[in-house]
Amino acid sequence: MNNWSWSYVGEIMPEILKGLWITVQATIYGSLVSFALGLVWALALRARSRWVTWPVSIFVEFIRNTPLLVQLFFLFFVLPGWGLAFAPLTTGVIGLGLHYSTYTSEVYRAGIDGVPPGQWEAATALSLPRRRTWAAVILPQAFRRVVPALGNYVIAMFKDTPLLAGITVADMLFQANSISATTFDYLEPITVVGILFVVISYPTSLLLRALERRLVR
Amino acid sequence: MSADHTPSKETTDPADTSRTESGGGTELIRFDKVTKRFGTNTVLDSLDFTVSSGKHVTLIGPSGSGKTTILRLLMTLLKPDEGTIKVGGTYLTHEEKGGKLVPAGEKHIREVRKNIGMVFQQFNLFPNMKVLRNITEAPVHVLGMEKDAAEERARDLLELVGLTAHLDKYPNQLSGGQQQRVAIARALAMRPQVLLLDEVTSALDPELVAGVLDVLRDIAHTTDITMLCVTHEMNFARDISDDVLMFDAGRVIESGAPEKIFSEPEHERTREFLSAVL
Repeated sequence: MNNWSWSYVGEIMPEILKGLWITVQATIYGSLVSFALGLVWALALRARSRWVTWPVSIFVEFIRNTPLLVQLFFLFFVLPGWGLAFAPLTTGVIGLGLHYSTYTSEVYRAGIDGVPPGQWEAATALSLPRRRTWAAVILPQAFRRVVPALGNYVIAMFKDTPLLAGITVADMLFQANSISATTFDYLEPITVVGILFVVISYPTSLLLRALERRLVR
Repeated sequence: MSADHTPSKETTDPADTSRTESGGGTELIRFDKVTKRFGTNTVLDSLDFTVSSGKHVTLIGPSGSGKTTILRLLMTLLKPDEGTIKVGGTYLTHEEKGGKLVPAGEKHIREVRKNIGMVFQQFNLFPNMKVLRNITEAPVHVLGMEKDAAEERARDLLELVGLTAHLDKYPNQLSGGQQQRVAIARALAMRPQVLLLDEVTSALDPELVAGVLDVLRDIAHTTDITMLCVTHEMNFARDISDDVLMFDAGRVIESGAPEKIFSEPEHERTREFLSAVL
């Protein structure tokens, strides 16, 4: 059992923080992708034509029911064989965004369903065009309801980013692992990574709860 | 005219010579053998009735008698199972194509529906928009009005309903009565020929009812808008109505001027109903 060394922590910190920055980027871009794609799925699943709803529904269920790491491996190791190769971080962002979009689409669905029927009726009574009804009446009210739930998925995604180390993205865990591989000292790097996750996740969740209180009125 | 109640309507209002079968121009709403079922429950049973332009018609009757269904059919929130509805001489949910009557497309319905406005029991204001935009949203995006013109009209309407001071507030900052008055202004902003009022005071605290009814009385007496009104406020019905239609089990069982219906109802069901609510 080795002893905790603060000077070692100080030495490795720059590398870990570099990894943290990658982790944060992956989370932010991944979230944006998942927010956008999730909305696309949610709206597509409400289309009137089965030719739209069925394929989307099958695709969404497939993604939701396969492990993220498998999807990342597929994107990173299989797709290049078919001529589709992206940088590791880009691949990670696509993977995270795609995977989580299948969850955010459920969040949007619930948010849209939560808009009272009277809102649709009022929009009909005013003859608002369908697009306008969505854009000006339904979605703004749905978004307000979904922000807290979307936020929870951002935190969940943040905690899933270490999976990207598996496809050579130099995130926090990847950095910690590389350091440890040379020093054979795992205690500090891995512990620091864990602590950094808590230090970011917990305040973020508190912030989300505050936001939730503000938005629900 | 096939409406079984229509003759009594005309005898009570002999001055109104405009309501003729051939005139057409003044008949604004016509239900022709309209049937509406919910599952096995037939809410409207081959209903016929007409409303002339500019008239204020109140629908009364026990709950479940189909009054609200009539308004919702007119607003195209429901589709009739059988029969046709005409507004201003044009089929509402049907189109004539090659001499045949077929279910209307979205565009046709939208066009006819522009003539109809509705005020709901639960107000249904858009909570994400301020009062002013609640009123201007449809004029701008449906009628294609300029924003400035729409806002000017909205201000006029807010003055009419006595809420000029609140145009910059969100609906949830207003009382129920104020929200309902905004909803009335919002419906009027579309300059509909027909205003449908669906139990507009039922969700209000008692002390807020009068303010809303005053606004509606004002509109009834100063505009030529046609009103179709479902209400449990019998005094209000007596005040503003040209005609009162008594519904029971999806049919009009009696109709006439309010003085007649309220003072000397002919039908036993009407007497029962009135003695229960008055």
